[in-house]
Amino acid sequence: MPDIVPAHSLSLYLCLAGCVAVTVLPKILPVTFLQGESLPSWFRRWLDFVPVAVMAALVGSEVFFYEGHFNLGLSNLFLVVSVPTLLLAWKSQNYFLTIAVGLGLVIAARASGLY
Amino acid sequence: MEAQSQPSPAIVGIKRALPIVLGYLPVGFAFGVLAVKNGIPPSVAVGMSVLMFSGSGQLMFAGLWGAQASSLSIIAAVGIVNLRYLLQSAAEAPWLSGLPRFQRFLLGLGLTDETFAVHVTALQKGWTRNLTTLFVCNHVAQLGWVGGAVLGAFCGGLVRDVRPLGLDYALTAMFLALLVLQCFSRLHVLVAVFTLVLAVGLKYLGMTQWNIALATIIGAALGAWLILRRDRHA
Repeated sequence: MPDIVPAHSLSLYLCLAGCVAVTVLPKILPVTFLQGESLPSWFRRWLDFVPVAVMAALVGSEVFFYEGHFNLGLSNLFLVVSVPTLLLAWKSQNYFLTIAVGLGLVIAARASGLY
Repeated sequence: MEAQSQPSPAIVGIKRALPIVLGYLPVGFAFGVLAVKNGIPPSVAVGMSVLMFSGSGQLMFAGLWGAQASSLSIIAAVGIVNLRYLLQSAAEAPWLSGLPRFQRFLLGLGLTDETFAVHVTALQKGWTRNLTTLFVCNHVAQLGWVGGAVLGAFCGGLVRDVRPLGLDYALTAMFLALLVLQCFSRLHVLVAVFTLVLAVGLKYLGMTQWNIALATIIGAALGAWLILRRDRHA
């Protein structure tokens, strides 16, 4: 990107600082300051479902909008690949195997010239 | 007692980190390549890997930055994705009780989905907590993550198009794998399906920056409400 202006990099650094804060604080605060189970129970229940909800929201937004457009058809490579990848993840419960096979399927599909 | 026959705690830590490193190298590489392609300088991309140490958060940052999203919506999206660390960090707290606060802080810095998973699994299987193993594992894992990012950020220029390498699918594949690992119960599956449909629907209606945050808050609230209601009837 040849035309990066200083204002652009300033906003990059500010954005980065904010992202570092929202990444590091949730990692360190509970383990550093929490003694026992002191969070209110409704909040713990809600927190329990945050990981699964956020992953589902992210997967949906990525898989159903191939190259920027809503696409439910076979021309949506990510949707087509995600079906066997999801089944493999379910059966194997293996994190890295799932990622490797998912990427492998995308590479194979594109190398074959179908996509 | 059997100190002679046991591998040293550092070796245990390295062994524990190895499968994580094998996964981090390619995903870190993907992040480095995508970050530079999306207009983030290589040095900043590497700095992010040191400071954030969060695959989903960093890939999200790179994607949204490239899509020219506003800084506030990027920080909000990264923050929402990383809310899960709150729970993992809270879940790790009882296992680390009795350690000085500063050491718990340092161990918190090394928390990722993967280090959390291997440590808590070992502890649940009866492993006696060992600080050297914990720190060595976390640092070797982060070394792999930063190493992958360095390769991707500085040598990624050799890669003209990320599509034939499938790197534009790396983040989705990671989320998909994490999603399935998070589905502990039928209720979790129900929340996943509901949130997925809601997020897709909101995006379809034109909400492209806040759909994930909003769908997550509502989806998790549905799960919490259902479980509190069930507890009340039980």
